[in-house]
Amino acid sequence: MLELRAITAGYDRRNPVVRDVSLSVAPGEAVGLLGPSGCGKSTLARVAALLHRPDSGTLLLDGEPVRRWRHRAPRPLRTAFGVVFQQPRLAADPRLALTDLIAEPLRATGRRDEVPERVTELARTVGLTPDLLGRRPHEVSDGQLQRACLARALVLRPRWLVCDEMTAMLDASTTAALVAVVEDYRAATGAGLLAVGHDRTLLHRWCDRTVHWDTLTGAGRTH
Amino acid sequence: MTERSPVLSVRGLSVRFLMPGGRRIAAVTDAHFDVAAGECLALIGESGCGKSVLASALLGLLPGNAEATGEAMLGGLDLLSADERTLARTVRGRLVGLIPQSPAAHLTPVRTIRSQVQETVAALTGVRGRAGVRSAAQAAAERAAFPSDHLDHHPHELSGGLAQRAATALALVGDAPLLLADEPTTGLDRDLVDHTVDELRRHIDHPGEPDTAERALLMITHDLAAAERIADRVAVMYAGRIVELADAEEFFGFPGPRHPYSRGLLQALPDRAFTPIPGLPPELGSLPDGCAFAARCDRADDTCAVLPPAVGGVACHHPVPGAGMEASQGAQEDVRA
Ligand code: SF4
Repeated sequence: MLELRAITAGYDRRNPVVRDVSLSVAPGEAVGLLGPSGCGKSTLARVAALLHRPDSGTLLLDGEPVRRWRHRAPRPLRTAFGVVFQQPRLAADPRLALTDLIAEPLRATGRRDEVPERVTELARTVGLTPDLLGRRPHEVSDGQLQRACLARALVLRPRWLVCDEMTAMLDASTTAALVAVVEDYRAATGAGLLAVGHDRTLLHRWCDRTVHWDTLTGAGRTH
Repeated sequence: MTERSPVLSVRGLSVRFLMPGGRRIAAVTDAHFDVAAGECLALIGESGCGKSVLASALLGLLPGNAEATGEAMLGGLDLLSADERTLARTVRGRLVGLIPQSPAAHLTPVRTIRSQVQETVAALTGVRGRAGVRSAAQAAAERAAFPSDHLDHHPHELSGGLAQRAATALALVGDAPLLLADEPTTGLDRDLVDHTVDELRRHIDHPGEPDTAERALLMITHDLAAAERIADRVAVMYAGRIVELADAEEFFGFPGPRHPYSRGLLQALPDRAFTPIPGLPPELGSLPDGCAFAARCDRADDTCAVLPPAVGGVACHHPVPGAGMEASQGAQEDVRA
């Protein structure tokens, strides 16, 4: 269970973009979080993925409160999350070939020996051909780079996936392909999903349950 | 399709990038299309299909290693052979108004919207004198529905929607006969997308002063919902070629697209089958000799090893039957959903 309770967060303490927001995702559940751009939903997603420390409120992971965020979070917690962002070009290190981009979390956690097998397997899953794996980000399209970013998010077999506007820059076919990869992964592993976006049609089709940002804060809250 | 004379007429437009080591990348190949006054043509396709390169070619903004051939006639001028001086003085802003992909990045960050619109008015119109320029700038902002009480704001103080309108105001100042919108809705919320494309539509339907000629709009987008909302016609691009040119109503409604790639794109939408087209597009540097879609196509056969000519707006050996063709061809052609 992933539970966000009364979270207040932002980049300016006097004016937090997230105020008193609560939301939970059950194991294996796919929750779509719908809201306009700039509303704070991406910040909430970062809090949920341990990437941004909230000003107040509690994040519970399987009943245990999270006390540390970012690089201070204990490794088993950090690696329980796979995160994909809207803009692959901002998220991907431009110096790394796609194969190293995908393998990097394995190397960082001392699991080098798994690299060849896991990268090959994931490249096939996300539909990247071997010749693309040797290229660097500027040598591939946005869609191809986002495929690599999704493979990277899955490489440590996370229990939770957080997809923040993962497909906002992509064409319809690449969108459908990446959503299918996420859903196949979830079907095989039982991972839970928080998908943040502004496309109602997409989130309704993709997720078990869709909540609107406006219903999450303070009095408007239903969960 | 339309009896109005074209504002922009593109014939055999190709763009090649010459890469180190003598490699050639076929970014756009043999594009033919017209855009008429009062009409919106949406050029759709996935990222890397060549649609942005095509736009850059029309604006003379290709990088130095690119080579454009063919013809793109606008107001008696061939945009492809025009020199930089002509492009800067008579094309950009005057003949083609560009509505950019990320308006926030297109606007100058350190100056107010008012000063940017005024500068554009002074550069592109005959209006002279402080008071004249000021009121012309105000009028331009009004045409783009940019609120006049925000004119003294800087770009970073504007919401995405207002930045878009500011960029649109700049694009409208020169009263160019062609508006070119490059992914104008990327990253915008659905409500804002609808709003943005409705406004664009308004600028070609009612370009402001009653005696001005209608404008033509070429919109480049990967957003099929935006294209459906605004376009009169659609051009679908795949691997550098326009593979289908169709009436928007028939394309998005009945009988639907005729090219297998276009059909696959629509079927991938979340309110349709939500199934992706298998595989990836080919590399523009090593295109197959025949149909570039063959490796992903469920209608492909041996004939597809030869490049399909564009017949009736569709470049395919086995297109899905179109409107009025069901009776004659439906019996022989297997319509696969
Ligand atoms: S020409 Fe052949 S391979 Fe190409 S789209 Fe048509 S049927 Fe498919």
